Amino acid sequence: MNVLYFAWLRERIGLPKEELETKASTVADLVEELRGRAPRYQAAFADMSAVRVAVDQELVELDAPLAGASEVAFFPPMTGG
Amino acid sequence: MAVCVQVDDFDLSAEMALMTAGRADIGALVSFTGLVREINGGGGMELEHYPGMTEKALQKIEAEARSRWDLQDCRIIHRYGPLEAGAQIVLVLTASKHRQMAFEAAEFIMDFLKSRAPFWKKESGRGWVDARESDEAALARWKADITKT
Repeated sequence: MNVLYFAWLRERIGLPKEELETKASTVADLVEELRGRAPRYQAAFADMSAVRVAVDQELVELDAPLAGASEVAFFPPMTGG
Repeated sequence: MAVCVQVDDFDLSAEMALMTAGRADIGALVSFTGLVREINGGGGMELEHYPGMTEKALQKIEAEARSRWDLQDCRIIHRYGPLEAGAQIVLVLTASKHRQMAFEAAEFIMDFLKSRAPFWKKESGRGWVDARESDEAALARWKADITKT
């Protein structure tokens, strides 16, 4: 699965993209798994109210399932326009 | 190609001419142009986006606008990359038979684009721009949030 990070999440984690094997069944499980890897992930995911998630490029909630997903992206609330 | 995500600048009059060329069924053409506003004499900004998802999100917003209003045509151009103060960021063009549809559709597109298209602004020397609650509140009047699945 490809995991992508944008804006300050990318900066805190220190990379824009990584490929990982996970058994996480929901986005929330994946976040827990990532938090356990290194402090920089804990810093990025410290306040989940400031984090938005897309699974296969569609916005989803934190409890969304990951079954069959090939791409998960984490980013702050969007500021376009 | 009604939706375009690009580094390059755009030309409003050229886009309008392109939209109206060879047809006379358009009675109203509404345009919105977003510019980089100078803050405290500060410089420009860097606009990051999510290639792939950005195009999909904009296409979804456009499709929803077309389903809600009887539009003759619609165009969305959004820039990314480094942008100086005063630069154009976004263009929305909507064309309809009568003005109300074009006005409403352009507002709808901008409201969704603000907080549902994956762009992030980083101001030079000031850091990432926080999302504004008023932008989120602006979606409420359009009722159904189209981009959550």
